Amino acid sequence: MSNITIQEDDVLIKEQGFNDHFHDHHHGDKYKTNFLSHYVFSTDHKMISKQFLITGMFWAVIGAAFSVIFRLQLGFPEESLTWIKPLLGKWIVVDPTTGIGKLAPDFYYALVTMHGTVLVFFVLTAGLSGTFSNLLIPFQIGARDMASPFMNMLSYLFFFAAGVLMFYSLFVSTGPFAGGWVAYPPLSALPQASSGSGTGMTLWLISLVLFVISVVLGGINYITTVLNLRTKGMHMFRLPLTIWAFFITAIVGLLTFPVLASGFFMLIADRSLGTSFFLSDIFIAGEALDRVGGSPILYQHLFWFLGHPEVYIIILPAMGIVSEVMSVHARKPIFGYRAMIYSLMTIAFMSCIVWAHHMFVSGINPFLANFFSFFTILIAVPSSVKVFNWLTTLYGGNIRLNTAMLFTLGFVTLFISGGLTGIFMGNHVLDIQMHDTYFIVAHFHLVMGVAAFFGMFSGIYHWFPKMYSRFMNETLGKIHFWGTLICAYAIFWPQHYLGLAGVPRRYYSFDAFEAFKYFANMNKFISIFAIIAFFLQLLFLINFFYSIWHGKKMTSKNPYGSNTLEWTTPIEPIHGNWPGNLPVVHRWAYDYNKDEREFVMQHVPLKEGEVGDH
Amino acid sequence: MAELIRYNPGKIHPQKFALWVGMAGIAMMFAALTSAYIVKQAAGNWLEFSFPNHFYFSTISILLSSVFLHQSFVGYKAGNERVYKLFLFAGFIFGSAFVVLQYFGWQALYGMGVDMKGNASGGFFYLITGLHVIHVLGGIAALLITIFNAFSLKFKVTEKRKLRYDLVINYWHFVDILWVYLFIFLLVIK
Repeated sequence: MSNITIQEDDVLIKEQGFNDHFHDHHHGDKYKTNFLSHYVFSTDHKMISKQFLITGMFWAVIGAAFSVIFRLQLGFPEESLTWIKPLLGKWIVVDPTTGIGKLAPDFYYALVTMHGTVLVFFVLTAGLSGTFSNLLIPFQIGARDMASPFMNMLSYLFFFAAGVLMFYSLFVSTGPFAGGWVAYPPLSALPQASSGSGTGMTLWLISLVLFVISVVLGGINYITTVLNLRTKGMHMFRLPLTIWAFFITAIVGLLTFPVLASGFFMLIADRSLGTSFFLSDIFIAGEALDRVGGSPILYQHLFWFLGHPEVYIIILPAMGIVSEVMSVHARKPIFGYRAMIYSLMTIAFMSCIVWAHHMFVSGINPFLANFFSFFTILIAVPSSVKVFNWLTTLYGGNIRLNTAMLFTLGFVTLFISGGLTGIFMGNHVLDIQMHDTYFIVAHFHLVMGVAAFFGMFSGIYHWFPKMYSRFMNETLGKIHFWGTLICAYAIFWPQHYLGLAGVPRRYYSFDAFEAFKYFANMNKFISIFAIIAFFLQLLFLINFFYSIWHGKKMTSKNPYGSNTLEWTTPIEPIHGNWPGNLPVVHRWAYDYNKDEREFVMQHVPLKEGEVGDH
Repeated sequence: MAELIRYNPGKIHPQKFALWVGMAGIAMMFAALTSAYIVKQAAGNWLEFSFPNHFYFSTISILLSSVFLHQSFVGYKAGNERVYKLFLFAGFIFGSAFVVLQYFGWQALYGMGVDMKGNASGGFFYLITGLHVIHVLGGIAALLITIFNAFSLKFKVTEKRKLRYDLVINYWHFVDILWVYLFIFLLVIK
């Protein structure tokens, strides 16, 4: 992009922009006064976004390391793990006669539980939605900051506090919670149920209550900012799809996370106040407990009323990011802009009425299961609309295969291959066979685990210049992409076969099952690729942190020739985002290759006779 | 210029809107609890008990506090300092009385033999009313700050103060309406 255009942009904002008198009252960057207020208690959306991202990365490394350790157990059950004893201490039990160290079975469950908890909540909810909603909402709607920067800061600090407690729980002598990330009672409700059900579970619960507060505070801000702080001309149907996705995600989160909080409060009462909401007919060591009349299924309803929308809270922001990045790098308008919005809404609505498909084998009424199956499978329709629109956007595009675009394409393949098996799982007749096998593990890891990560990577590579005014290394990025894509399929494709053969998930060892011994080599294969995938992510981290200080510098404001407003802000970010006026918007975000112009930014007025929007 | 008309910044203050969004979140939490209540009750083994009178009095108390605070807000907007302060104080007293009455209500209920450890109906009652009181305490904290400001700052009607008071009153009416919903719910679906 030439300098002439940049100057033209500046002139446009200066002459036709909207003066909100922001800079009349702000002399200098007050928030930059000292280290604490700049890096820790920041109220600036750009800094809070980085805080979410880097905290998310920290947790991603921990969560992924957990998976490597339990994959070592699954892939190499005969090998000695004495070498990681310095790290895991008493959780590696060394046989004094042979010197062979084994992973303690209790700790295996703790690892699986923590892997799920950390990845679902801390990485793919806070790390993904928190990062990009904070970074992009004010930038792309043309706002100075969030509606309540103070509440935004609180949102991060609650997340941080939740993280501190969860991290602490990893080190208590009885171990972290080990009853699965869904925390079903009675394992979660009775401190004596397992070693992790005591202090570990107490910390887990408090941590997640803090996390719910963080999500709700963040969500209130995202919704309010999108609805109230859009710049002139930015009506709802001119918003980039990223903003639509974050907005709808925030609504879903706001309506479902409090329900989870209710379930947690009841669980806390069962644990600490002696109520019996979820407990009934429990015998411990032959002794009957005096807790009767409760129903563990009730907890499952409350949990999955959040738990299912949660997977969409994870995937919708990734869908938004992918739609935007794809359109920019295919140099084409997104196909079916309104269909994309309506499908986001449909998916969000339907995600709230299908929760019991997680409970087909929990003893719910089979006739009720019909309802949930029907709507679950129906979600394939809006999902297919999205996939169709992505493919059609790519068709005939002038595609730039940079790292951000590669991850976008990777997202689409993973979403298709992972999504198709959802149609199997959603059918309760099939689910009875496949429930709690590796088939479901393969399904959700592809469709909302790895796919969401790909959306996140796509966003990081694409908007890194907006965060740090530098670019990430493209060669390392491409190695990261191809390696991760190959590993993702090598890990999860075989798991479909394991699942169809009935291999159950969450098992520590398959020694006792003649039928499953056959899969020993397949498990080894999966584990090897899991370890490679882990190290490839370290490559990404090196690239990320190296590029913050030494990456190629950004020399123009709009390096990709993108249409959205964040690319009109100065290269070095400032308080209030725009130095003078706010840009005024005249068109939607996807005018690529229109009227023989490669791209037309949103704040460029319509030419005489030009038809606006879409 | 047609598109400039679509931009209407003055409609609702973003902070007030944020408060309403937050209330929706709180409402969902209580909707979940009352739904769980209905599901559990339908499963049987449910103890029915009648409320101690305290809860009727507390309901009257919180309703009155809302009326007083509304009067106070009207007085503030009209620039009537006496009405503003008097009704604010009365609203605070009746609001605090609600919490005290709830506490004595729990004590009376416990005295009747309904405790958390027994039947789930008791557990639900204490949990739902307890979580509600926690939200009321948030409102009382806001009222305390309002009272502190009312009596320490020089009386002046400004847009900023009007907004702040409006936010407090909105939240207070919300916890009031929430209680009325919960009270009728618990009364009807025993």
